[in-house]
Amino acid sequence: MATIAKERTAVTAPPRRSREGITWSAWIWIAPAVILLLAFFIYPLIQTIFLSFQKTDLLGNPAGFVGWKNYQFVFTDSELLGALKNNVIWLILATILTVGLGLIVAVLVDRVKIEAVVKSMLFIPMAISFTAAAIIWGFVFAYDNHYGLLNAFLGLFNVPAQAWLQNDTFATFGLIAIYVWMWTGFCMVILSAALKGIPDEIIEAAKMDGAGRLTMFWRITIPMIAPTLGVVITTMIINVLKIFDVVYVNTDGHYGTNVVAMEFYQRYFLDNQPGVGSVLAILLTIAILPVMVINIRRMRAQERTR
Amino acid sequence: MSTSEIPVTTGQAGTPAIATQLVRAAEEEKAKGRYLKGWSGSGLTILVVVIGLLWSVPTFGLFVASFRPPQLITTTGWWQGLIPPWNFTIQNYQNVIQAQGLGQAFINSLIIAIPGTIFPILLGAFAAYAFAWMKFPGRDWFFFGVVALLVVPSQIALGPVYTVFSAIGLTGTYLAVWIAHTAFGLPFAVFLLRNFFAALPKDLMESAHIDGASTWRTFWTIVLPLSVPALASLAIFQFMWVWNDLLVALIFLGGSPSVQPITLAVADQVGTYGQNFQILTAAAFLSMALPLIVFFSLQRYFVRGILAGSVKG
Repeated sequence: MATIAKERTAVTAPPRRSREGITWSAWIWIAPAVILLLAFFIYPLIQTIFLSFQKTDLLGNPAGFVGWKNYQFVFTDSELLGALKNNVIWLILATILTVGLGLIVAVLVDRVKIEAVVKSMLFIPMAISFTAAAIIWGFVFAYDNHYGLLNAFLGLFNVPAQAWLQNDTFATFGLIAIYVWMWTGFCMVILSAALKGIPDEIIEAAKMDGAGRLTMFWRITIPMIAPTLGVVITTMIINVLKIFDVVYVNTDGHYGTNVVAMEFYQRYFLDNQPGVGSVLAILLTIAILPVMVINIRRMRAQERTR
Repeated sequence: MSTSEIPVTTGQAGTPAIATQLVRAAEEEKAKGRYLKGWSGSGLTILVVVIGLLWSVPTFGLFVASFRPPQLITTTGWWQGLIPPWNFTIQNYQNVIQAQGLGQAFINSLIIAIPGTIFPILLGAFAAYAFAWMKFPGRDWFFFGVVALLVVPSQIALGPVYTVFSAIGLTGTYLAVWIAHTAFGLPFAVFLLRNFFAALPKDLMESAHIDGASTWRTFWTIVLPLSVPALASLAIFQFMWVWNDLLVALIFLGGSPSVQPITLAVADQVGTYGQNFQILTAAAFLSMALPLIVFFSLQRYFVRGILAGSVKG
């Protein structure tokens, strides 16, 4: 059998064609994508950098350079500082909760008989728009404990009812809960796929060496799925930094829930302050830069081993 | 566990790849509970079911509420509606479809989402094919550039592009939204498809070349048909993203009810009607229906597509 297989490869292996042959028509294949990306990413990036150094007149048109003034404004305005602070809370809590819960569930659900059902249950929120999610969670967070599930439940333990999303203390955490509900399924599905890629030989060997459950998890599972974990964490960080919809539909930035992308939208499009709005957009991009560098390094390393 | 009993001859030279895969699949079937060996199967099952139910409760609540009479929705909890005598109605759905203009919004969403899914996948596939199988100067730079764009927040583009679009009179048209969704979807499309295309068998591509097939023909008759899992998973992502999008529609279409998608229409009603839950519940459920159908019908491609593209590398 082995020889047959070998012969077959030998026969069908095509003559090597010149590795140096450059396909000039490749430019035509990538042209549509490149043109669109230039228009929608590169040009705006440059434009935004320019705008961030300009003041604007009452109509929102650029009216001369003002140096770092817009940047100073962003870092001294209490409203904007509040938005920055909330973004940090989001970044830490939402990323850890979605990835952490997703990983735990992926491990727990692996090889359980009803795996597919449970996975679907967790993944369904992913298919739901932020608007629909806002209405769904309205029935959970509503102040009126006649129909607010959370208050009705807590009421069983005599906890007084709260207006969860109209409360400066709880609102941001309530929004994060909605977000975690929506995105844990995404993390779980991808991590679960990676778990299934771990070769059985490795698991068996570890078991034979008498590795316990926790040792197995930290020494085998985590290192083996590290690349995928990296992809998932990166995706979540990017999403959370840009968080907009869930805030916009639920609280519109009120009750201490303001975030950077929300403020950006407000200043750039509604308040005729594109200069300040641009600074916020630039800050978002800069915050994402380190993540981008790590990812490109990882990809290059992967390319080399391909 | 008896899994180690299966002869581990899979890696030996000459064994056909398919046999290797079959043996491995059989091994995987037998290796149940390998990460948490020692947990009782039923205890684990119960825990997992509880988590799943917990996740489903909010959606289920909306589902039940949307079938309750308006006067009951906000005076009693939906869970109380589950106790007989039942008092369910489809009146809410009838009201929404007839009176609130959501039917038009639903159609608008389709008009936006279908080209908004096909265009980025097609243009992304063109570029990905070139990046994976053609040799040209600057290829790696361009590709890494595209991947880097994955992380640029799309908000940054909205302002400048809005200025250009309104100068040439594109704002408020579907074309503007199609172009925007195509551009925003491209980096991910190129990234995912390039990884998938690159993993296609080299022999196949070379023999097609030898047979005299043009790159154009190879693309349509070999590359695309072999990439259905990746294309399907990308289609799910992109469709859900476009269908559920709020920001792009808000900015490039404006508030005009004749063109607005269902997300905007529902968001408007959240603002306008506030507590008017009998309209909101049914509207929300209608807006979820199509993405859920798409998700369930393409689900089996979903994980496989992601796996083949990025995880396997």
